[in-house]
Amino acid sequence: MVLQQRRVLELDPAQVRQARTLARTAGRPVVDLAKRHTTVSVERATLRLAGLAGADHELVPWVNHLVDTVRDQVGLERGVALPVWDALRRGEAPDLLTLAQKSAGGAVHFDLPEGRAASAAGKAARTAVARGIRTIDAQRAKREKLIARHGDPKQKPWIYLIVATGDIYEDIPQAQAAAREGADIIAVIRSTGQSLLDFVPEGATREGYAGTYATQENFRLMRAALDETSKELGRYIRLTNYASGLCMPEIATLAGLERLDMMLNDSMYGILFRDINPIRTFVDQRFSRQIHARAGIIINTGEDNYLTTADAVEAAHTVTVSQLLNEYFAKEAGLEDWQLGLGHAFEINPDVPDSFRLELAHALLARTLFPKAPLKWMPPTKHMTGDIFRGYLLDGFFNLVGAMTGQGILLVGMMTEAVVTPWISDRDLALQNVRYVLNAAGGLTEDFHPPRDGFIQTRAREVLGESIDLLQRIIDDSSSPAEPALLAAIADGTFGAMKRPPTKGKGLDGVVAKAPGYLNPATDLLHEGATR
Amino acid sequence: MSPKDAHEARRRRENATAGELSLAIASGPGPIVRPYGDTTGDGMVQVSFTLPLPHDKRAEGAAVRLAMQMGIEPALLVHAKAIGPDFTFFVVYGPVKHLVDIRDIDIVEREFELLSSKEVNTAIKKHLRRKLVVVGACIGTDAHTVGIDAILNIKGFAGEKGLEYYREMAVHNLGAQVSIPELVNTAYDLRADAVLVSQVVTQKDAHLHNTREMSAAFREAFPAGAVPHLIVGGPRFEEGAASGLGVDRIFGRGTTPGEVASYLIHALVDPDTRVTPEPRRKAKSA
Repeated sequence: MVLQQRRVLELDPAQVRQARTLARTAGRPVVDLAKRHTTVSVERATLRLAGLAGADHELVPWVNHLVDTVRDQVGLERGVALPVWDALRRGEAPDLLTLAQKSAGGAVHFDLPEGRAASAAGKAARTAVARGIRTIDAQRAKREKLIARHGDPKQKPWIYLIVATGDIYEDIPQAQAAAREGADIIAVIRSTGQSLLDFVPEGATREGYAGTYATQENFRLMRAALDETSKELGRYIRLTNYASGLCMPEIATLAGLERLDMMLNDSMYGILFRDINPIRTFVDQRFSRQIHARAGIIINTGEDNYLTTADAVEAAHTVTVSQLLNEYFAKEAGLEDWQLGLGHAFEINPDVPDSFRLELAHALLARTLFPKAPLKWMPPTKHMTGDIFRGYLLDGFFNLVGAMTGQGILLVGMMTEAVVTPWISDRDLALQNVRYVLNAAGGLTEDFHPPRDGFIQTRAREVLGESIDLLQRIIDDSSSPAEPALLAAIADGTFGAMKRPPTKGKGLDGVVAKAPGYLNPATDLLHEGATR
Repeated sequence: MSPKDAHEARRRRENATAGELSLAIASGPGPIVRPYGDTTGDGMVQVSFTLPLPHDKRAEGAAVRLAMQMGIEPALLVHAKAIGPDFTFFVVYGPVKHLVDIRDIDIVEREFELLSSKEVNTAIKKHLRRKLVVVGACIGTDAHTVGIDAILNIKGFAGEKGLEYYREMAVHNLGAQVSIPELVNTAYDLRADAVLVSQVVTQKDAHLHNTREMSAAFREAFPAGAVPHLIVGGPRFEEGAASGLGVDRIFGRGTTPGEVASYLIHALVDPDTRVTPEPRRKAKSA
């Protein structure tokens, strides 16, 4: 398979190696920076692993109360674990929840323990957090068992469908119906704006804007419903949600605890498209990906977004660069090839001559560069005009590229994109479109060999060349030697034409530089692969 | 055409039976129209819809009945397909009996002249003698910057460069999910001439609530006559609803940056047409 794919495009292996080396060179200083910092959300995720859940009557989560109080009293430079488990050992409260409740009322005194007190607190924290890690391990094992029992989808690509009503109790029957109609993966779109909330909402929610809030209870309800449907259909239905945003570490943790199967998790999306502080994003991203790696969750990256703001031909290489960076950051965090749903999209203006051939070239390039990754292929949105008939044809061509280039995950395009949130009939027609194309042309990967040095090979090489140039420019473009070059490039507007300096953006006040003696049992357990 | 023929032509236009040929004069459509399939006056439409019924004869009957109640008569059921056990999807064709008198249609005609980017720059230079300050944002929880970016980003939309491309404009794109106080303060600090707000998310009429809230906040923060020119855009706004929402202008789907630039000249720069007094240098109070 790998060999055959290489032959299709005949890329120069030295060039491919060079592209990966450059991505590593650009990414490594950012990883070092991430390792030197923690964030409020990383600390809150640690408490969630230790079993702290729930919220006060104003729906402010207890993890927020506890982290904020600890930060006010002793700072977060050494992490939340030491002061919290030290307070528990000193008998400030009998358990974590009571401690959080009391701290919200200002009735707890936190200390930074030293010496033996510190090692005892650290040990107690590790024991508590390890329970959460073991729950994640157990959920992963359960997924593997259910897949063995019910089976994977019969065809590739897997069919990915979105539900988004805002009400979890409406989402559930819609998701089950979508699975019966042929969806292999259900994605519950989040409420608009959740990515900018610095807390995770609580409980089952029935109101959201253009989507449903990601909460632990909503995750649990939907996973339970899809387990039923998996049994009914004899096919394991995967569940997807969104980690990106200010609470990436916490949402990733909840996804691991509640056995979600895929998570949207892009290394730079929050920075570029949500104006979240770059350092916050890279720190949060690393932790969340470590969790995903442990939980056996497939990540989906967001390269489609570049093409909705920039021209899909001119900016084709920014997709490749982002995929290479996402791959580097993902592997560094412990994710394996099969977990990398690297994104790309069918967004070339259909009025451009040879647009379909260009799409084929770009899709094949991604397929060839990342032969073992599932790759997530995303449908046209920018050139869906409201002319639903033309849109249906465009989606058909999108499906054809997906079939011809062996994509792993196919997000089903809706002809009513940009008109309404999908109706039941839109989904049915869209699935008919997918089924027809996969039935009629699914085997084309076997016959399809673009001629040597023809249009497609030449275009793919051109994009790879431009990607290498861009990565080189990013590395050379460091404004100060102390600052990672990638951050300078992000500040300059290299990606998506948006300028995002590391000193600005939302969530910056939640970033804390670690001090010597920093302890976080979650990152230790994840790093060591330990269970206790 | 004889008066008798003219009368008959008029009758057929206004009250044609299905399939009857019209005696339309080639000079253009009359004031009364109906849909056109392949023959003038045939009134043909296609509709598709889903009923929450299992697919059977009764469901098909219900679909035909619904189409008739919509004014499609005779309704030709051309396609019916079950969507799962509880729903059926239908496609119906047929002539619709309704007529539309185009004299009754209210439309917002473009009240301004379309200018080239050069003409826009020249007008600002000549009449304003300073840069025209434009502030743009998506407000509320709306994270879809595609609209505001299409108008403001240099990249532009539909082959036209965005407002950032205009030399004589100082454009500040605040991006997504900007709070209303933040927008008001920024507009105040930058002495914005115009504030452009994009609203794509329309669930539960969020775009209307946000717009009203925004315009009220501006009127509260600025003295009368000093409020920046307020413009909203988005795919689901009704043209003509501007005053009800407290804004100066609404732009709908498909608006290009060139249209917005030309409008700004018309409304704020050209001394013959502008609505706000100029120069408006002082806008202090808060």
